[in-house]
Amino acid sequence: MTNRKTLKMTVNDTVRNVEVATNETLLETLRRVGAVEVKCGCEKGDCGACAVLLDGMAVDSCLTLTHTVGTRAITTIKGLGTAEAPHPLQTAFAELGAAQCGYCTPGMIIATQSMLTHDTATPDENDIRHGLSGNLCRCTGYTKIYDAVLEGAKAMRETEAAK
Amino acid sequence: MNKLDEPTVAEQNVNFRQIGKPRTRTDAPGKVFGKTPYAGDYVMPDMLHARVLRAKVPSARMTRLDVSKARALPGVASVLTFRDLKIGTVATDIPGQTGFKRRATDQQILVDELVRYQGEPIAIVAAETVEIAQHALSLIEVDLEPVPGVYNVFDAQKPDSPKVFGTDNLVASYKVRKGDVEVGFAAADVIVENTFTTQYIEHAFLEPEVGLGWEDEQGVINIRSSTQAVETFRYIADAMGLPHSKVRIRGALVGGGFGGKCDVTVELYIALLTKATGRPVRLGFTREDSFYGHGKRHPFIITHKTGFTRDGKITASKIDITSESGPYAFMSPYVLMYATEAGPGPYLVDHVHIDSRSIATNNMYTSAFRGFGATQACIAYEQQMDEAAKVLGIDRIELRRRNLLKTGDAIATGFKVQSAVWTEECMDRAMAALGEKPKDKGPIKYGHGLAAYQQGYGRMIWLHDTAEGWVGVEMDGTVLVRSGMTDIGAGQTSSLAQIAGELLGIDMMDITVYNSDSSTTPLAGTSSASRGLYMSGNAVRLAAEAVRDRLAARAAQHFGSTADDVDFANAQVFLKSDPRKTMPFKELVATCASEGIHRAELAIFRAPFGDWIDPETGQGQVHPDYTYGAHAVQVAVDTETGEVTILKSIGAHDIGQAVNMAAVEGQIEGGVAQGHGYALSEELIYKDGCLVTPSLSEYLCPTSMDSPRIESIVLESRSGLGPFGAKGIGEPGHTPAAPAVANAVADAIGTRVFDFPLTPEKIARAVRTARKAG
Ligand code: FES
Ligand code: FES
Repeated sequence: MTNRKTLKMTVNDTVRNVEVATNETLLETLRRVGAVEVKCGCEKGDCGACAVLLDGMAVDSCLTLTHTVGTRAITTIKGLGTAEAPHPLQTAFAELGAAQCGYCTPGMIIATQSMLTHDTATPDENDIRHGLSGNLCRCTGYTKIYDAVLEGAKAMRETEAAK
Repeated sequence: MNKLDEPTVAEQNVNFRQIGKPRTRTDAPGKVFGKTPYAGDYVMPDMLHARVLRAKVPSARMTRLDVSKARALPGVASVLTFRDLKIGTVATDIPGQTGFKRRATDQQILVDELVRYQGEPIAIVAAETVEIAQHALSLIEVDLEPVPGVYNVFDAQKPDSPKVFGTDNLVASYKVRKGDVEVGFAAADVIVENTFTTQYIEHAFLEPEVGLGWEDEQGVINIRSSTQAVETFRYIADAMGLPHSKVRIRGALVGGGFGGKCDVTVELYIALLTKATGRPVRLGFTREDSFYGHGKRHPFIITHKTGFTRDGKITASKIDITSESGPYAFMSPYVLMYATEAGPGPYLVDHVHIDSRSIATNNMYTSAFRGFGATQACIAYEQQMDEAAKVLGIDRIELRRRNLLKTGDAIATGFKVQSAVWTEECMDRAMAALGEKPKDKGPIKYGHGLAAYQQGYGRMIWLHDTAEGWVGVEMDGTVLVRSGMTDIGAGQTSSLAQIAGELLGIDMMDITVYNSDSSTTPLAGTSSASRGLYMSGNAVRLAAEAVRDRLAARAAQHFGSTADDVDFANAQVFLKSDPRKTMPFKELVATCASEGIHRAELAIFRAPFGDWIDPETGQGQVHPDYTYGAHAVQVAVDTETGEVTILKSIGAHDIGQAVNMAAVEGQIEGGVAQGHGYALSEELIYKDGCLVTPSLSEYLCPTSMDSPRIESIVLESRSGLGPFGAKGIGEPGHTPAAPAVANAVADAIGTRVFDFPLTPEKIARAVRTARKAG
């Protein structure tokens, strides 16, 4: 049998104790505890649908063993914003038609957030292409995703400037 | 007036309030906030987890199957093999059709003796956890003795070949005979003959097949799954020996379909295991399962022999079409029909001769994929047009212009197109948007390419397609829509809200749509064949109009006016002639409720019905109507490495009438990206029936790195059969993209790669060969 461990996990600012097998992936754990907004497209790191933030940095949760997360804060799409307090990227993705089937959307927005905070807050289309190259979308042809990222990034800069 | 300045919206006095605008879709908020439950997100108490054991080889005889060890494993609730099945076979025909006795397409559910493709299911297991189910698979003992298989359509047609299907491996064949092709060739100055081939490709929807089943208090097997077709409940019931009323399929918003979720996927396994265990069962395919577990896009071999006069008029078109079906029929006969009908393209040809056939092999089976055979046809006829232009020394666009079909012209099957045919406007707009071709830089050569197309929308008319839709108004004035239509990401439910909202004067965001439930939403057919909006949109339109008429009559009484004068907008009812006369919609509804005026309607929309085309001549009507348009592409090709960069990609389509402009563009953009992949990188490679590319790192879908911004030019002739004159766009946006890329690459390198996909290796080799030939 595999070893099990009890961990303290912080998911979207809520701390919980979770018992996990040492070979369990973060994707499996998150979905098991109800964070089904984290999607599974391949379980091999090929699609990006399972991306979450660990202390603000996007990772493929299917390639991350849960017990290695440590004290890092886990953020899923639900932790980024809500209907009442939307994140500018969520607003832009909805308004500009960047979510079609929507299955890639949580991972896509998470990857965008990571790119905007770690790589560049003022991306051009080429930066976006590089930054999102690990996230497959089969529905949109990426065009409206480029639009939404440009628009969302602008709104984020404006919010930042207003502070 | 310059052609490009001409109006591209039909001149009609139409004033929409919501229709035609780029609106945020009703399903968008749930998706961006992570709140939308997909089929795989549901769990139930006491739920079991299922897995499927698949054959590792493509052609074998099963000499032993022993599941006793798997059954004995603690935590295993059920292991089913062919021995446990009451019936053993399941239909694979188009679900939901009414006017046509279904074809004999039944296929074994689990292998009983012969394995006919790699990945064919042998046993299904339900256990307490996925891990136990997976472990149980490894305890199943199977002996598979290889038997000779057949792995290409040429061998499969030889008299002494192994027989996979019937007595001759022939799954379907058709003929089209229009005019006299010999007369046509006699009149030709130039005859151009070429063969084009296309590859197996994968839908690669991001959400792999998944579902959850349970038996309810009425003994109904409920299955919530990721599907394009809730109508498959009938086939599942038939396969289990249950009455149709005892199987219910409920969809969820689907994580992509593209044709790959039209057939039964996980549903039947779930139903069988639910019945066997009496417990809820969840089955989620892994990505690898998805590669092995649903039908692929058909490879085609298409030969065109085309006669032209010196000034470029087509005199005759002889086309030979072969598609590969794999070992089972699935939708191959229909896909072949589409390819056959579309054979000569959007051109007026008096003398047409088409022979087509679909051939069985032991490679993976093939079925529906966005475009449904018309795409492969377009890849052939549009490359042929460019090749002919080269031979004739006529500009490629001009050659097309001289041959385009117009409204009222007869297509290959003799049917005269009734709606607008704006192919020429679409070609001109797409080419104009492409602009100037950049100057070559050393080994980097630039190319422009275009492809025009004709794509049927709606089902073949002998399937007697119908859709039902329900619209009702609650006591508080809120509006509900019910439609069985599945929503696979194109915004199907949102469009229905928009249509009902337009007619009843309520904002689409305030309308609730129930969809995709085979028992409680009126059946509307599958979301496929570019029929979603056309069929379910018309049904909802009819229902909303009926409700509106009754409400308007009551409002007229209130205002002392005629019903014609009553209008609905912004949740208000008012008189067109005197907009100061107004009342809240809510109040009118309350009045109607208290007087027992019916505030709901169930409507049915019927597409045109007809008979099969003549089997000897192929003459008759196949589709209700067609969408026309063109796609233009600019590429840069590195002639040393063979690498292609798509710089510009522009689709121009007459879609009749946009309902949600942003959703229309989304359909075009997504379809185009799939076309880019089809042309350049996507290929399921089978070596003697074994898949070499069973992951998303080996099967290469376009990423953002491969994808330029795609431009959509949307023309609105308002001449289609859909609501408000809409035509279908789900498939048409995709169809011309791949051949446009191929034509651009050929333009850049001055020679052509005739077999898809155009990989760097093939392009570099073609360049070298052409150079040697001087
Ligand atoms: S599921 Fe993690 S990358 Fe695809
Ligand atoms: S919206 Fe469907 S995969 Fe991106």
